[in-house]
Amino acid sequence: MKAVITVVGKDTVGILAKVSAVCSEYEANVVEVSQSVLQDMFAMIMLVELRKKNFGELSATLEKLGDENNLKIHSMHEDIFNSMHKI
Amino acid sequence: MLETRDILETINMIDNENLDVRTITMGISLLDCMDENIDKACQKVYDKVCLSAKNLVKTGEDIEEEYGIPIINKRISVTPIGMVSAPCKNKDITKFAKALDKAADTLGVNFIGGYSALVQKGFASGDKELIRSIPEALATTERVCSSVNIGSTKAGINMDAVKLMGQVVKDTAELTKDRECIGAAKLVVFCNAPEDNPFMAGAFHGVGEADKVINVGVSGPGVVRAALTKCGSHNISELADVIKKTAFKITRMGQLVAQQASKRLDVPFGIVDLSLAPTPAVGDSVAYILEEMGLEGCGCHGTTAALAMLNDAVKKGGVMASSRVGGLSGAFIPVSEDAGMIAAAENKYLDITKLECMTAVCSVGLDMIIIPGDTEADVISAVIADEAAIGMVNSKTTAVRLIPAVGKKAGETLNFGGLLGYGPVMELRKGSPSKFIGRGGQIPAPLQSLKN
Repeated sequence: MKAVITVVGKDTVGILAKVSAVCSEYEANVVEVSQSVLQDMFAMIMLVELRKKNFGELSATLEKLGDENNLKIHSMHEDIFNSMHKI
Repeated sequence: MLETRDILETINMIDNENLDVRTITMGISLLDCMDENIDKACQKVYDKVCLSAKNLVKTGEDIEEEYGIPIINKRISVTPIGMVSAPCKNKDITKFAKALDKAADTLGVNFIGGYSALVQKGFASGDKELIRSIPEALATTERVCSSVNIGSTKAGINMDAVKLMGQVVKDTAELTKDRECIGAAKLVVFCNAPEDNPFMAGAFHGVGEADKVINVGVSGPGVVRAALTKCGSHNISELADVIKKTAFKITRMGQLVAQQASKRLDVPFGIVDLSLAPTPAVGDSVAYILEEMGLEGCGCHGTTAALAMLNDAVKKGGVMASSRVGGLSGAFIPVSEDAGMIAAAENKYLDITKLECMTAVCSVGLDMIIIPGDTEADVISAVIADEAAIGMVNSKTTAVRLIPAVGKKAGETLNFGGLLGYGPVMELRKGSPSKFIGRGGQIPAPLQSLKN
């Protein structure tokens, strides 16, 4: 499955490294990364490919990582965005 | 690649604007559970419900986790028990309610709907017994919901049933007076009841439906309001367009969840119900959408027009987003379940007369309205008759869910907690309709042409 990981928060050193480390831990291959600054906020979006069974744990670990670093990290199935924003 | 803006918009909807799938409801036919022996019939009902829906809650939770969308309720609707219980003569029909309640408990669903009867044109064998048993059934169970359809555009209004239901609503509240009269919050009186409605308390599984079916109810008043907040000084046609686009997105999410649930449970997909279903959470209110359009308070003049536009735009946006649409589809206006409605009722912007007027253009009817405990049964019947007449003439679903607050007067409050919320006791109009209600009979079906 493909999942979209979004990271939003104040820009700090090593965000990308920390998130990528978690991805590699759960064998999630990063397919695409985009990064932007919106209203002084750092926003990174990653598209990753991983095994379905790893998704629950990846999602929980990333959320915890977000809490520890004052970031909002969401991981969601790619299909949600495709169905909501594409006809 | 997906647009960054779109991704952030979706996440913001879920995080800050209370976007969720309100319910996945599995409809189960119980027509093959009939038996002259009531205990055998109840056992068949319990077994069939438990077998059919054994993976419902787990599947809902899996989809929730995998897709990151909150799915608030997993529920079940069944064939109206009035039909299933018909062969069981002179027996305690509440046994069916207990069997359903036990099944709901075993499965972990929060409501099971279908303790119902369809009597718009007359009472079939077993219907009257079922209706009379509703107060006890709702008082002795926790998760069972009941509904009675007393009218339709094609049949007219069964005024004998209307008279009966006034007393049933009152008795149901009385029997649960130690629990904030909660029984009455689980009882809906319908005109033109839809057979594929996934929302409680009015859900039942119509006789024309498949053996099992998955219906999904979406939500999202918070999302619509947030979209309107960004509109500034747009004119009304532009607002309608924004609502349509938002409803489209909300419904697409519901459609995705419905298809996944249907596939995983191996049960046919029925419909997506395009409803704006509020909750008492601030920011999840239909009343606030109306106020966002420029009304000082929900209930002031202009509210009916604003609601009509909202209801229509939600349907127009949603219809294209789903392959099959049904249920109640539109904007709900329950008083106690909507923070903005509660505030409007407390501030006297909203009264029963304006609410009745609003129901002519909303998707359901007089919903979750708390009335004084000493209201006479005939007055409740008359409220039901008025509301059913609006539905009958306008070929739309209308419903009445009134909660007589036993021992309380206008101005006091009743608090159910949870999704059912709380609200002030609202005053009804003066005068007695007793003679009119006492006549019984049938209001004939209305003419469908010469519509002025």
